[in-house]
Amino acid sequence: MPYQVGSFAVGNRLLPPEERTTQADPRRANAITSGHRACRGCGEALGARYVVDSALRASEGRLIAANATGCLEVFSTPYPESAWQLPWLHSVFGNAPAVATGIAAALKAKGRTDVRVLGQGGDGGTVDIGFACLSGMFERNDDVLYVCYDNEGYMNTGVQRSGATPPAARTATTEAVGDEPGNVFGQGKSAPLIALAHEIPYVATATIADLHDLEAKVERAMGMHGARYLHVLVTCPLGWGAEAHDSVRIARLATQSGLFPVFEGSRGDVTAVTKIRRRVPVEDYLRPQRRFRHLFEPELRTDVLARIQARADRNIERFGLL
Amino acid sequence: MLSQLEGSRAVAETVARCRPEVIGAYPISPQTHIVEGLSTLVRTGRLAPCEFINVESEFAAMSVCIGASAAGARTYTATSSQGLLYMSEAVYNASGLGLPIVMTVANRALGAPINIWNDHSDAMSQRDAGWIQLFVESNQEAVDVHVQAFRLAEELSVPVMVCMDGFVLTHAVERVELPEPDEVDAFLPPFAPRQVLDPDAPITIGAMVGPEAFMEVRYLMHAKQRLALEAIPRIAGEFEARFGRPSGGLVRGYRAGDAETIVVALGSVLGTIEDVVDELRADGQRIGALAIRTFRPWPLEHVREALAGARRVIVVEKAFAVGVGGIVGQNVRLALSGLDIEVSNVIAGLGGRPITSASLRRALTSELPPLSFLDLNEGLVARELARDTGAPAENMLRDLAGRA
Repeated sequence: MPYQVGSFAVGNRLLPPEERTTQADPRRANAITSGHRACRGCGEALGARYVVDSALRASEGRLIAANATGCLEVFSTPYPESAWQLPWLHSVFGNAPAVATGIAAALKAKGRTDVRVLGQGGDGGTVDIGFACLSGMFERNDDVLYVCYDNEGYMNTGVQRSGATPPAARTATTEAVGDEPGNVFGQGKSAPLIALAHEIPYVATATIADLHDLEAKVERAMGMHGARYLHVLVTCPLGWGAEAHDSVRIARLATQSGLFPVFEGSRGDVTAVTKIRRRVPVEDYLRPQRRFRHLFEPELRTDVLARIQARADRNIERFGLL
Repeated sequence: MLSQLEGSRAVAETVARCRPEVIGAYPISPQTHIVEGLSTLVRTGRLAPCEFINVESEFAAMSVCIGASAAGARTYTATSSQGLLYMSEAVYNASGLGLPIVMTVANRALGAPINIWNDHSDAMSQRDAGWIQLFVESNQEAVDVHVQAFRLAEELSVPVMVCMDGFVLTHAVERVELPEPDEVDAFLPPFAPRQVLDPDAPITIGAMVGPEAFMEVRYLMHAKQRLALEAIPRIAGEFEARFGRPSGGLVRGYRAGDAETIVVALGSVLGTIEDVVDELRADGQRIGALAIRTFRPWPLEHVREALAGARRVIVVEKAFAVGVGGIVGQNVRLALSGLDIEVSNVIAGLGGRPITSASLRRALTSELPPLSFLDLNEGLVARELARDTGAPAENMLRDLAGRA
């Protein structure tokens, strides 16, 4: 990737035209039009815009979306001000993968091979309440690209813990009190690796820190059929207690610390990883977020930081991120 | 053509002739034979084009139907009991979105305690979900009403539940006349959805609606159900004209014209009730019956008119609202408000307990309180109420075994 000198910015003009970002194309779909009600600095709005526009480009505009309940659904649709410029269906919280399956089945029965299907939801709708439907959709290899926008908590309901909330993070249901403040250190729940275990044709992770990579992965996924899964880390300034202007930077620190491994996989195997360019300690990622403030004051919790660093080190070793 | 068929098979054959394009399938007794039958029909190419999706739960089954229906496909699923509860959130969603999905409910009890046998608790738990609910009395009627259900659903863009008694009908082998495929095609035009997800004309379905319009959108479901009160008898009439037999409709009276006592019920128990009515008529009693064939929308005027001449109305029903009493009974009392008619509610046949003609005859010829439970073992309940430890069901089963 031709980064501009000394930065993480991709030199779009240095790329051949077909590799340039969808957003630089005046014919981009603007699938989520302006005027929606996402918070300032919302990583999910940014991620979804890139995902849906890229999927629309890849499908030549022949795309239908099924959306889980959540921030993305709520901020985009208060009646009658839908922000969606493509056919879009919201049913309930936990069924977006199955609804997407139904759309794909209808298209197949009708012989509509030209129209593709996108399912999307947040981490709550995907790794928690929608997980059975997601697994069923994977296991049947239904022809759906499902995208999880992971902001690591139930942000729409006011920042409660989800199965994707990281250890030690403060949420409204994992308060920063007691001997072990914040979320518990559980076993974790890696939705991308669980997706991969279904041996589906394509699994990838991405973040809003590398939108070019996100677009490329959407395009790659859209070039295939069957069940495909894309897990996108999206910053939530409200829930993470971060500055809106830091959304992209914090997402980048998640990858550069090793806490969020960026990889691709297929049929059960990891096939590619995005290497860390400038490794940072996990403190660099945690410090700008108020959800981790209790690790730094009133006293430095070196014990907890060491446990989080160990998780990052494990990712770096396991995925070969250096 | 006349066939000797299991009820579930007859329903599967009939549904296939209605040409659903997407079926969400998940097994649960006593519905399972229906989706098994449809699976065979799809696999052997007799139902095509059709996507038969083996989902991982009833919640997914209804969700697949929601997606497929919104994408313009004729959709079908079937369930029972716990399955209906498990999909309940999606059941409400389908009606709120106005998607004309047809679902068979093979009626079965709800747990706990777990019980696979027939009563109407499952369908009654969803009575306010915004679905049209049609109850059938026989396998022939089950067959006929499914054809009508697709017409009705798609004409009004409202989902329709066809309720048939689990095991009593689904597993009973009896003579049925299956509607001829070309006749079904003539009766049921291809699905022309009023809303469809189409890249050529993108729409948003399922948007958030605030207080400024929510009440109106929800009221629309009620308005559609009022329209169904006209559509249901009209479609039943058209069905009779084409297929030559009466089926479906709102209510059906049996020897009720001059009756002083009228027994109201839903589903297959009407057969037993009509036998008892005949016996009591032979004894000189002026008694009749009224079958509620459409429970939602509630055909209030039709029920009132059918019962207005009676002195006494006895509602026999296979479900109840815990802490209140009968469900159908409440609706009947509403229909009769202002009239000087005594209404007694008899809860009967829960969890598959046989409703025998002897028990019915005893109940119908005695003084009845406003609410009673047919053949309830009151001693068994009293003994458990006197205890303060143990799992109730296990205690009561032990009591029964001890007595045996």
